[in-house]
Amino acid sequence: MEELLSKISHCVEFGKVNKTAPFPPDMKGQDGADELTKQAIEAGIKAEIILNQALVSAMEKVGQKFAEKKIFIPQMLMSAKAMNAAIEHLKPFFTSGEIARKGKFILATVQGDLHDIGKNLVKMAIEGSGWEVIDLGVDVKTDKIIEAMQLNPDAKLGLSALLTTTMGNMQNTVSAIKAKFPERQVLIGGAPVTEDFRAKIGADFYSPDPQGAVRYLNELV
Amino acid sequence: MQSIAEVIRSGKVLVSDGAWGTFLQNKGLKAGECPEIWNITHHNDVFDIAKSYIDAGADMIETNSFGGSSFKLGLFGFANRVTEINKTAAEISRKAAGADKYVLGSIGPTGKLLMTGEVTAEELYNAFKDQAVALEEGGADALVIETMTDIEEAKIAIQACKENTKCEVICTMTYDKSGENSYHTMMGISPTQMVDELIGSGVSIIGANCGNGMKNMVDIVKEFRAVNKDIPILIHANAGAPIYKDGETCFPESPEEMAGFVEQLISAGANIIGGCCGTTPEHIKRIVEKVKKFK
Repeated sequence: MEELLSKISHCVEFGKVNKTAPFPPDMKGQDGADELTKQAIEAGIKAEIILNQALVSAMEKVGQKFAEKKIFIPQMLMSAKAMNAAIEHLKPFFTSGEIARKGKFILATVQGDLHDIGKNLVKMAIEGSGWEVIDLGVDVKTDKIIEAMQLNPDAKLGLSALLTTTMGNMQNTVSAIKAKFPERQVLIGGAPVTEDFRAKIGADFYSPDPQGAVRYLNELV
Repeated sequence: MQSIAEVIRSGKVLVSDGAWGTFLQNKGLKAGECPEIWNITHHNDVFDIAKSYIDAGADMIETNSFGGSSFKLGLFGFANRVTEINKTAAEISRKAAGADKYVLGSIGPTGKLLMTGEVTAEELYNAFKDQAVALEEGGADALVIETMTDIEEAKIAIQACKENTKCEVICTMTYDKSGENSYHTMMGISPTQMVDELIGSGVSIIGANCGNGMKNMVDIVKEFRAVNKDIPILIHANAGAPIYKDGETCFPESPEEMAGFVEQLISAGANIIGGCCGTTPEHIKRIVEKVKKFK
């Protein structure tokens, strides 16, 4: 069992999706996250153990390496893809309630901003850590975010902005949300965003990389 | 007119223009509004920007077409107006540049990731081709493929420009500091890799744009030069990293501060110096003065 879990973990860390996937080149022809997770379930390993001991820990390593700029977006995307291939096999166990998510996280790029790459990376990292992510997309109006927060009263919120010009919209969105839900957690990120800016607009947390957000959310559980 | 690369080979250092996006915002472009549609709706404002850089002494100016690919225009419902918008963008800059200054048709990334399969190489090629052809039609002398982070997207754009226009092709990528003395694009490409991958692609000038200010650009130019002694290098630097103050975004490097790096940049091996986000005609004027003095 240990060996299978460590193999799955290795596949997620290095982005080996399935047997036919050409990436990474040094694992060509080997089983990937897809096959190995299937084998693990067939071998009777509990879904929760696969999730926590293979997938979440691997994504943590990936997130850490990304934060340290030892790997970049392509490697992170491949890892997320491998993780998703594994998660596919775990879906029935989420549905049946055998394994529980850590919580819900609503994610949006603020109004006026059409960039989604950063937001999607955060989504992958947070999903990979065992959260359910509700992705509202890009150019999202405050009203829509408030509606999603009302529908999901326990969900935390993450906001993204890439453009310096949409930082103002991020500020307006955070103000409106804090006025309505002063107790709800709001995380922010994006290339021009800084800790100073976070303090100024009254959001709860800023991280320059997805892994910081993952760590912060996990501490709230 | 001689090609830009020929002028550089004759030993000259040239000056390019400054920011367009932040300049348009100062003229009233709203967050979430399509900057390129201003070529049609605010023709005179766009012309003013182009002209102000020529008046500042720039040898070349860009066009207001950074997001002029069908992918980017499509986000605003203008995907079917690629030719009209890009051609007009080039015509405006051509009019401001006159016959003896260069017009660089700006081509930015599509925002789509090849490696996730959300777009194919062929779709990218066709989008860049349509944009490049329209920019040439409008009077661009060169095409500057800029703010690239993915080397494959950059290569496809270069190929589309080379195979479908007679324009000189320039390519610049955007680097972040990734370590003590290392730089990478967000897709993990270093300046060294960029040179290795693009030599032989038909690109005449390479370089870096945007980023976090002039100081980093000096390091980046040194890295380019360490791997290639000959290829002309263009630098379009931001006026520092953006700072958010009182509801407004400021770029902290003053014209004097930026111009203070010109000598170091030229000594490191840069051949064309201009600005990116937050730079103004005043920044360009100061850079022109420094470049003249250097000679």
